[in-house]
Amino acid sequence: MTQSPHPASTQQRRSRLRSPFVWLLIATVAFIAAGCNAYPQNIFEPKSEFAQTLDDLFKLILWAAAFVFVVVEGALVYAAIKHRARPGDPLPKQVHGNKYLEIAWTVLPAIVLGVILVPSTQAIFETQAPAPADSLKVRVIGHQFWWEFEYLDLGVRTANEIRMPIGRTLSLEETSADVIHSFWIPALGGKRDVVPGRTNFLWWTPRETGTFPGQCAELCGYSHANMRMRGIVQTQAEFDAWVEQQKAPAQVPPPNTDAAKGAELVQQRCASCHAIGGTAAQARVGPDLTHLASRTTIAAGVLDNTPENLKRWISDPSAIKPGALMPKLGLTDDELNQVVAYLSQLQ
Amino acid sequence: MAVVAAPIPHGGGVVVPTTEVTRSYRGLWSWITTVDHKRIGIMYGVAAGTFFLIGGLEALVVRLQLWVPNNTLVSASTFNAMFTMHATTMIFLAVMPLSVAFFNFIVPLQIGARDVAFPRLNAFSFWVFISGGILLNLSFVLGGAPDAGWFGYANLTSKQFSPGPGIDFWILGLQVLGISSVAGALNFLVTIINMRAPGMTYMRMPIFTWMSLITMILLVLAFPAITIGLVLLMFDRHFGTNFFEVAKGGDVILWQNLFWVFGHPEVYILILPAMGIVSEILPVFSRKPLFGYAVMVFSGMAIAFLAFGVWAHHMFAVGLGPLTDAIFSATTMLIAIPTGVKIFNWISTMWGGSIRYTTAMLYAVGFIAMFIIGGLSGVMHSSPPADLQQSDTYFVVAHIHYVLIGGSITALLGGIYYWFPKFSGRYLNETLGKWNFWTFFITINMTFMPMHWTGLLGMPRRVYTYAPELGVTTLNQISTVGAIGLAFSILLFVVNVFVSLRYSPKAVADPWDGATLEWSISSPPPIYNFAQVPVVHSRDAFWAMKYPDRTEHGDLPDGDGTGSPHAHLAPTGHTGQPAADLVEAKPTLIHMPAPSYFPFIVAMGLVIAGSGIVFTFALTPVGILIMMAGIFGWAFEPA
Repeated sequence: MTQSPHPASTQQRRSRLRSPFVWLLIATVAFIAAGCNAYPQNIFEPKSEFAQTLDDLFKLILWAAAFVFVVVEGALVYAAIKHRARPGDPLPKQVHGNKYLEIAWTVLPAIVLGVILVPSTQAIFETQAPAPADSLKVRVIGHQFWWEFEYLDLGVRTANEIRMPIGRTLSLEETSADVIHSFWIPALGGKRDVVPGRTNFLWWTPRETGTFPGQCAELCGYSHANMRMRGIVQTQAEFDAWVEQQKAPAQVPPPNTDAAKGAELVQQRCASCHAIGGTAAQARVGPDLTHLASRTTIAAGVLDNTPENLKRWISDPSAIKPGALMPKLGLTDDELNQVVAYLSQLQ
Repeated sequence: MAVVAAPIPHGGGVVVPTTEVTRSYRGLWSWITTVDHKRIGIMYGVAAGTFFLIGGLEALVVRLQLWVPNNTLVSASTFNAMFTMHATTMIFLAVMPLSVAFFNFIVPLQIGARDVAFPRLNAFSFWVFISGGILLNLSFVLGGAPDAGWFGYANLTSKQFSPGPGIDFWILGLQVLGISSVAGALNFLVTIINMRAPGMTYMRMPIFTWMSLITMILLVLAFPAITIGLVLLMFDRHFGTNFFEVAKGGDVILWQNLFWVFGHPEVYILILPAMGIVSEILPVFSRKPLFGYAVMVFSGMAIAFLAFGVWAHHMFAVGLGPLTDAIFSATTMLIAIPTGVKIFNWISTMWGGSIRYTTAMLYAVGFIAMFIIGGLSGVMHSSPPADLQQSDTYFVVAHIHYVLIGGSITALLGGIYYWFPKFSGRYLNETLGKWNFWTFFITINMTFMPMHWTGLLGMPRRVYTYAPELGVTTLNQISTVGAIGLAFSILLFVVNVFVSLRYSPKAVADPWDGATLEWSISSPPPIYNFAQVPVVHSRDAFWAMKYPDRTEHGDLPDGDGTGSPHAHLAPTGHTGQPAADLVEAKPTLIHMPAPSYFPFIVAMGLVIAGSGIVFTFALTPVGILIMMAGIFGWAFEPA
């Protein structure tokens, strides 16, 4: 998919406002005009060329649909009002049909559909073509209820936040560790199901920096609603710095601190599920914790990453994410504080 | 078994003198043993209405939970059970059986028959349906309701990810309802093909009967796919097979293919009867024949045919590959053509008419208005790339509700207002009816129109909660207020039914100046329907009988709209005989099938056998024994 210039948006906006009747569209615009951060997960503000292709197509179909809506609903309302019975009406003419009209309204919709079908089919093949060879490859693994991201060429593994540099194609290989999920960050592109036993592909080239929320779009269990994520588009320099940081082993806390006690507890209580780079903990059941503190959220995008939230989460995961696989560890308050102290310094 | 008019009394049958309306059956036992298509139709209607109220309450729980972000009204597991049971109930226990109620009551009357081809099989279908529906709902108190969504995607439904009995209840319920539906469909196929009144050629059949016939074909062809899927799922869960076990070489997409090969025809099973009802109401209240009858018939067939070639449009996000997506996208867009033709023909039926706005007509026009919206949003996700931003969001929830409530339910309510005099002998109150319609029309738009934006602003479907940052709180609140209003509107309808049954004036045989044969007999019809089997000479048979001179105003006896002369019609077509022509000169006795309790026993045996999957498989042989006993009793019963 090549990056193509987009129709001048001002021109589009002007004609939209001139249409007196398309209140549906005006309402849509009003929603968007209310502020770009008011609806962070909307589909109308594409931030990649993939999302742009989808948006162009969506708008074309929306306009075609709006046109048909106005014509057909208009005809219906007109007929419904104009031809209502009045006292003394004679028997209406007993019309049984009209060959030419019926052929006409078989052919005309076919033409409108053709107008949609051609660019739509082009977009199917464009967006599902193999990704460019030099793209940044990330394996996405869906879990109940969190996302694992493995940067295949960089040796970086993280969770629930997928970072990417601006202008370089990001190519996803998706699979699932358990049930079907669906990867969806609307600003960056359409969703693609994450299916156990299969590998699905999705790629895009981000063109604006920023943080764009997304979430699982296929029912995957009780906490389907809590399986959120963030797509973070950065400059190349920011991204490179992040990669360097992520490649480093986990921070070792100074001895005899709360954090050091926490580190021991984590090795005892958490290592059967979690990996912490540079330590004995290497399990892959839960998210990699090596650089937990560098992430902006915890619990798959549900909570901001603060020590208070971390404590809340560890003390009772199912209270925040029903059905979460992480058990209640039954730590004392002191132990909890120590674990949080350790995890909070895993920059 | 024969239900045709025969002047010869037959041992075991009920012999009804034509001069007397016999209402000899009374009490619960008479309902359990009835094989009368009209009584079975009423039972279907009452049962479907009750399930509709239950499904509506489940929807209210869903809407109240989504009132504010991070709401804690119900738990995630309860919420998932609510939306799963809401959809399963509405589709399989409300809209389908409500359509079946119309098939049962109306189709035999429209074709001039005295009952369906297999009256006891008809009773069997009903008893299987009702017991399956009750069992499915008992899951709430017997260990947990299904909670994996109405299309129950594998492998979320596996023992590993859904260990409770909910999925087993779901398998049982759907499997049993499938048996009921296929038995019913075969019955009505035979009835419509074989039992039409003399002279009623296919192209003179009332359009509702036509749409029913097409629906029966869809039912017979579509249900086997889900039956297979459910059998595989049952084997995976209980007998150690691995059809959907990825780790052991199974394939979870197999389920999606099997489900949607059924599931897409299923949505046409839900909408085609509704289209048939609207196509009956519009001409009567416009005082004009249906515009483009033949094209209406063929577009119905085209929709049904294409229904089997579009299932993968439910799977555009699955990653089936560009070629598959392109093909299924094109076939999906094709469906818009026959559907569009129907809409244009409905509008043309009204065009130039003299439209009387009874409540039934308001519902019919409301159906068109809202079905257009549902159809257009359907076209919007027929493009796979565009659909990648829409599928599994509230945009799709808006779409399905515009076609299923704005479409199916609206038309079915219109059908109830239209045929209620025929069902009950009383009119539904028109004042209450108009309040009911306008509150319904406003509140369903209020509930479902905002969902288009809710989805496009990024809210996925089936989430028990959402982040306040999404900015969709207000939209969700509008939907919730709308849903509460909708509940109020449905309550008005229920009140109307009860009030009208008690206080409305007695209905005449033909209150609306109807065009079809059911209006030629009393309201409610006598047990044997037609004292004399009518002879049909043209389309809109009853209009032709009432107004043989209508040629002066139009071209009605010309019938088929092709402009061909009516030389092929029997000469009696223009003699102005009132009500009905006679096929038999002096019928004295009509043979009617006898009541039978064996269908009930067989149905109970079947459901007990099936319920082994949720309780203990020890029940299965018990159920089979009961079923076998019932089948023998049935087989040896004098007809």
